[in-house]
Amino acid sequence: MAEKTTIGKAINEGLRRAMEADPKVLIMGEDVGKLGGVFRVTDGLYKDFGADRVIDTPLAESGIVGTAIGLALRGYRPVCEIQFDGFFFPAANQTFTQLAKMHQRSGGRIRMPVVLRIPYGGGIGAVEHHSESPEAYFAHTAGLRVITVANPQDAFWMIQQAVSCDDPVVFFEPKRRYHERTEADLSGTLDSATGMDAARVARSGTDVTLLAYGPMVKTALQAAEADTEHSIEVVDLRSLSPVDYGTVFASVRRTGRAVIAHEAPVSAGLGAEIAARITESCFYHLEAPVIRVGGFDTPYPPSRLEEHYLPDLDRVLDGVDRAFDF
Amino acid sequence: MSITTAQEEPELIQLLTPDGELREHPDYPLDLTAAEKRGLYRDMVLVRRFDSEAVSLQRHGELGLWASLLGQEAAQVGSGRALGADDMAFPSYREHGVAWCRGVAPKSLLALFRGVTNGGWSPDEHGFHLYTIVIGAQTLHATGYAMGVQRDGAVGDGGSAVISYFGDGATSQGDTNEAFNFAAVNNAPVVFFCQNNQWAISESNDRQTRVPLYRRASGFGFPGLRVDGNDVFASLAVTRAALQHAREGQGPTLIEAFTYRMGAHTTTDDPTRYRIAAELEEWKLKDPISRLRAHLAGTGEGDEEFFAAVDAEAERLGEQVRQECRSLPDPQPLDIFHEVYAEPHAHIDRQRAEFADYLASFEGAGAEGGR
Ligand SMILES: Cc1ncc(C[n+]2csc(CCOP(=O)(O)OP(=O)(O)O)c2C)c(N)n1
Ligand SMILES: [Mg+2]
Repeated sequence: MAEKTTIGKAINEGLRRAMEADPKVLIMGEDVGKLGGVFRVTDGLYKDFGADRVIDTPLAESGIVGTAIGLALRGYRPVCEIQFDGFFFPAANQTFTQLAKMHQRSGGRIRMPVVLRIPYGGGIGAVEHHSESPEAYFAHTAGLRVITVANPQDAFWMIQQAVSCDDPVVFFEPKRRYHERTEADLSGTLDSATGMDAARVARSGTDVTLLAYGPMVKTALQAAEADTEHSIEVVDLRSLSPVDYGTVFASVRRTGRAVIAHEAPVSAGLGAEIAARITESCFYHLEAPVIRVGGFDTPYPPSRLEEHYLPDLDRVLDGVDRAFDF
Repeated sequence: MSITTAQEEPELIQLLTPDGELREHPDYPLDLTAAEKRGLYRDMVLVRRFDSEAVSLQRHGELGLWASLLGQEAAQVGSGRALGADDMAFPSYREHGVAWCRGVAPKSLLALFRGVTNGGWSPDEHGFHLYTIVIGAQTLHATGYAMGVQRDGAVGDGGSAVISYFGDGATSQGDTNEAFNFAAVNNAPVVFFCQNNQWAISESNDRQTRVPLYRRASGFGFPGLRVDGNDVFASLAVTRAALQHAREGQGPTLIEAFTYRMGAHTTTDDPTRYRIAAELEEWKLKDPISRLRAHLAGTGEGDEEFFAAVDAEAERLGEQVRQECRSLPDPQPLDIFHEVYAEPHAHIDRQRAEFADYLASFEGAGAEGGR
């Protein structure tokens, strides 16, 4: 049954389902309890599941991820909220040296079913550290799965899939899209949902493949709508590690052109990796070099400049144009 | 086994009661002139006015965000006025009262929260480092700076000291605990000034600590004190003594200024979701400004004329701040590429040039942009 809802509410509902389905699922983080998180994504869960399962942690990200690892060793499935993208970094050590490597270190004996939920991206007029897109660091780290959502439907299913996955999953939430209302069906069972590793063709087209994820999917769809000269196929990647190259290559082989857009800095970003893969695997189908559109290779600027930093409709269309007249 | 919990009341250093009565303290004799006391009063009133103006500027869309210091004026002005010209302060993001004492212009703080800049002032010029938003990070910077002061031989007679500001929540961070230890091991001339305003966004003290925060220091091997953070005299006297202790080469001190965040965490926060109104009512009785006013009125060190003059000055400041905020120049798009590196960087230079060309391509294309 379809209804209008938001990404924030859909994650909330997905978490609730996951907690109902498995008593080992825990929520932990700063302000996730009584307040329901600064974005209210865990709203109501503390009231309904209690302080043992929804933990307002001390203010320490390394502590959050480190103790989540310990809880996972003891059979729990912690879902950690990192309050903002820019505040993940104190937890980098626990995430990169422990969480990501524990499974292989143990010869496969230990599993780390830990989810790190990270609201990310810009466009909300915030102060420093509240607008970043650090996904490349995670995608660069073996042992972590990295996924992100662009609509409430995916948010609802993919948070549940992340929780039920036995690997650590970094779940990026597009914070500037949290409260946008769109149609979604929050009924049905988890096994009916598309796997979280799969990309999705969000709009069919014939001339160029526009790859995007998270907050940029909406911008990509708007660009496809606005471009009257080219028929743009939009692919929502959804999973950033692993990337669903089957879907990506099939699209690019059809269209012969690829543009990838993300908010994160272009250099050494996801787009660079994907462009290289497309070039390696679709070389004879390409009519043009793969074009990247993204944030600049600078720190995220103060909010009065963010509209210039973030790739908007015009920048995406400029990228599409470059794929035609290079 | 007996376990001490945060709920137990430790000794609170207080020189001025909530009713405005002076209290003698053997370790912290008060030697302020009437003019100095009036100065502290004026500081607190002006800072509160500036702060409330900033909150309203945010409501009117002129600022992206504001973190109010309401209720923490005494802790900030008291400790800020204890600093000497050669001392260095490392704030978090709420230290508008300390900034005021260090001569940072209100509009410089507004520029940060308006989204014009991520910095906004010269740390060296003011002895006041940039605001640090990542919780606890600045405590290590302060400690390292103090280690530098030590190595410069600037400890001892006429020496200088360093102070680091942070909140109760920040005491949970690894960085803060590492700073305590680095400072202790190195006997660094740094004062850790923790404003315990009882809340870290929605989390109360008992989510951060099982012992009163000031007692954390003893485990690291340096003194910790709890001062009434709503008492500007005590905040001043205790900070002065701790800074002097550091300057003389006797190492760090942790000061826990026991106070209350009377407003929301920031303008985006809604405290009714997690705390009861009665708590605020209770703390209003301990208001830092009204107790000093009662004291000044009681002793005759401040008369109605003085209070009226300060109020009038506060009104003028409010007006000035409003105007200055609205007339802050917007940064320019190409500023994004400025000062990313101190040395020339070919890639950034190229990217800046490409973006300049891109922007130029819209010129004359009409308001809609290029398409
Ligand atoms: C490393 C890090 N994690 C999370 C945040 C988000 N955050 C901003 S303020 C705050 C609470 C801080 O509480 P406290 O240290 O008591 O200072 P107060 O705001 O009360 O002055 C949190 C969690 C942050 N800024 N930095
Ligand atoms: Mg606090």
